[in-house]
Amino acid sequence: MTAETLTLAATDGTATAAGLDPSSPLAVRGLTVSYGEKPALFSVDATFPAGAMSAIVGPNGAGKSTFLKAALGLIPAVSGEVRIFGAPLSAARDRIAYVPQRASIDWDFPTTVIDVVLMGRYRKLGLFRRVSRSERAAALEALDRVGMEAFADRQIGQLSGGQQQRVFLARALAQEAELYLLDEPFAGVDAATEKAIIDVLKSLKAQGKSVIAVHHDLSTVADYFDHVFFVNVRAMGEGPVDRAFTPGALAQTYGGRLAATHLDQLTLAGG
Amino acid sequence: MAAFLDALFLQAGYNAALVAIGAALLGFAAGTAGTFLFLRKRALVSDAVAHATLPGVGIAFLVMVAIGGEGRSLAGLLLGSALSAFAGLWLVEWIARATRLSEDAAIGAVLSVFFGLGVVLLTVIQTLDRGRQAGLEDFLLGSTAGMLLQDAMIIAGGGAAVVAVIWALRRPMTLVAFDPGYAAATGIDTRRIDLAMMGLVMAVTVIGLKLVGLILIVALLIIPSVTARFWTDRVERVLWTAGLLGAAAGYVGAALSASAPDLPTGPIIVLIAAGLFALSLLFAPARGVLAAILSRRRFQARVHRRQGLLALTRAEPIHDPLTIRILRREGLIRPDGVPTDEGRALAAKIARDERRWDIARQVHQDTSLTGRYDGLTPIEEVFAPDEIADFDARLGPPQPVGG
Repeated sequence: MTAETLTLAATDGTATAAGLDPSSPLAVRGLTVSYGEKPALFSVDATFPAGAMSAIVGPNGAGKSTFLKAALGLIPAVSGEVRIFGAPLSAARDRIAYVPQRASIDWDFPTTVIDVVLMGRYRKLGLFRRVSRSERAAALEALDRVGMEAFADRQIGQLSGGQQQRVFLARALAQEAELYLLDEPFAGVDAATEKAIIDVLKSLKAQGKSVIAVHHDLSTVADYFDHVFFVNVRAMGEGPVDRAFTPGALAQTYGGRLAATHLDQLTLAGG
Repeated sequence: MAAFLDALFLQAGYNAALVAIGAALLGFAAGTAGTFLFLRKRALVSDAVAHATLPGVGIAFLVMVAIGGEGRSLAGLLLGSALSAFAGLWLVEWIARATRLSEDAAIGAVLSVFFGLGVVLLTVIQTLDRGRQAGLEDFLLGSTAGMLLQDAMIIAGGGAAVVAVIWALRRPMTLVAFDPGYAAATGIDTRRIDLAMMGLVMAVTVIGLKLVGLILIVALLIIPSVTARFWTDRVERVLWTAGLLGAAAGYVGAALSASAPDLPTGPIIVLIAAGLFALSLLFAPARGVLAAILSRRRFQARVHRRQGLLALTRAEPIHDPLTIRILRREGLIRPDGVPTDEGRALAAKIARDERRWDIARQVHQDTSLTGRYDGLTPIEEVFAPDEIADFDARLGPPQPVGG
């Protein structure tokens, strides 16, 4: 029994009966993650729709990034079940592309933009196959889609934050996956980059791919996304943005931490 | 000198030639294995591993003597050193994981305790009758003296095996060093890759014990990769350049040592590697000291050029002699100070880019990038076309440039 198929009884004793939706690109049940004794996520259920753009929304420290990392098996879950298109994680690696937060990278690392994008092809290349011309062409095309083709031979430390983010998106594109998981893709990027990224994500959706992003800017949720999932340690609700993105759901997720004036400026369902 | 040249060109006998080739392979293995250590920022761990080999050497000798052997078999001694190096490495990991001590404290503790234990064992062995001729002190600083053909074969074969494994694992090891989170997301077991990396470092350390010695093997692991880093911005090139630098240091060092048997081999090899490092530090393009001085000079010229061109756009007179000299040299002004057509065109472009840069600085609160602005680097080299279009949109309609 591996960690990703481990199933414990849900705390309320109801949810484990039925199977997880196999058409969903990412479905989790009873996901609990704990760094210390206090859980970062507790018994979270979520089902994301296929072929849509979904936002994971919640206050700082609510476990948004933890949710993604646990879904990807990057940090161990205490309990819970994760299904990618109905399959366990180990069988679905080829269908997932991940864009992590930029924070942990050493920007003086000896690697160029094109080399970073080629890393997205490593899994397909395996250990021994050479980087062929067609691999290089695929990487350049991915760079072209994010508007960074002219920067292919730059060392990555020479780029701005937004450009670095575009390169990491290009690396995910080079994987040719079906599910794209992004951790705060718009954090600390300039307006032009935000637009470039959202255009790419929308084109992915147009190709029938699924996109799930941790998102912190509530003012753009309604513009960018189809589906929203609220989390604050526990799952606080999910659904199509035009129905689920309500003042009530926000108040419940953020508690008192969201100023009323801020709420006024948002495009909210039924508001 | 003649003896050195003989050794360098493999003319000093079959044994010496094989030792030199073995040293080259060891250097190549050390340089490549060390590259990932350096990129993963775990260079110090190798120091603990190296020092942890010493008690193993002593214990292996005692065991071999106790069971009636001669005690000098290199294979036996290396096996002992590998076991105690593994114990040291495991202890470092365990202390860092199970206690509140950080890894560097664990390294310091393990390194000194194992080394101390090893020195005590060696001292005890020296007092034994048979121990005196064992030559175990060679394991501290390395030696080519008295090396058997079989020993050289072990070194050469082990070095080649390490290089083969590194070649096979270069992609996952690169990915884990650069971006462990992403590597894990693509299904790479980062813990296993790290273990493989440390295993390779351990192998290099053990194989190199006799030739380089445990005190200086760390230098052969680290110096080639930091030297190679001066010359290139790409991982694979750093990797193979480090291998070649390590091989060169090993080969020349072993040849020198063979021609002067009193000199310990390890220090010679390390000094050669350090010489290559010093040359790179001074002369490497882009990252070297000399290049830094030159680029400071160029920067000065660029600043003056830009100020001069901005003065032209405002039709102000230029008085600074350096500025005049630079503009004259590039044919941007005539001897009487009047701008040429080319100068006028460039001034107009600079004036427009200047306004774009003003916007760019507001959009990117990013000093590392906007700090690169020197007025000469075309803005197209720093920003993507859509970013520039965004700046232009914020600038409003183009303004006529006054002549």
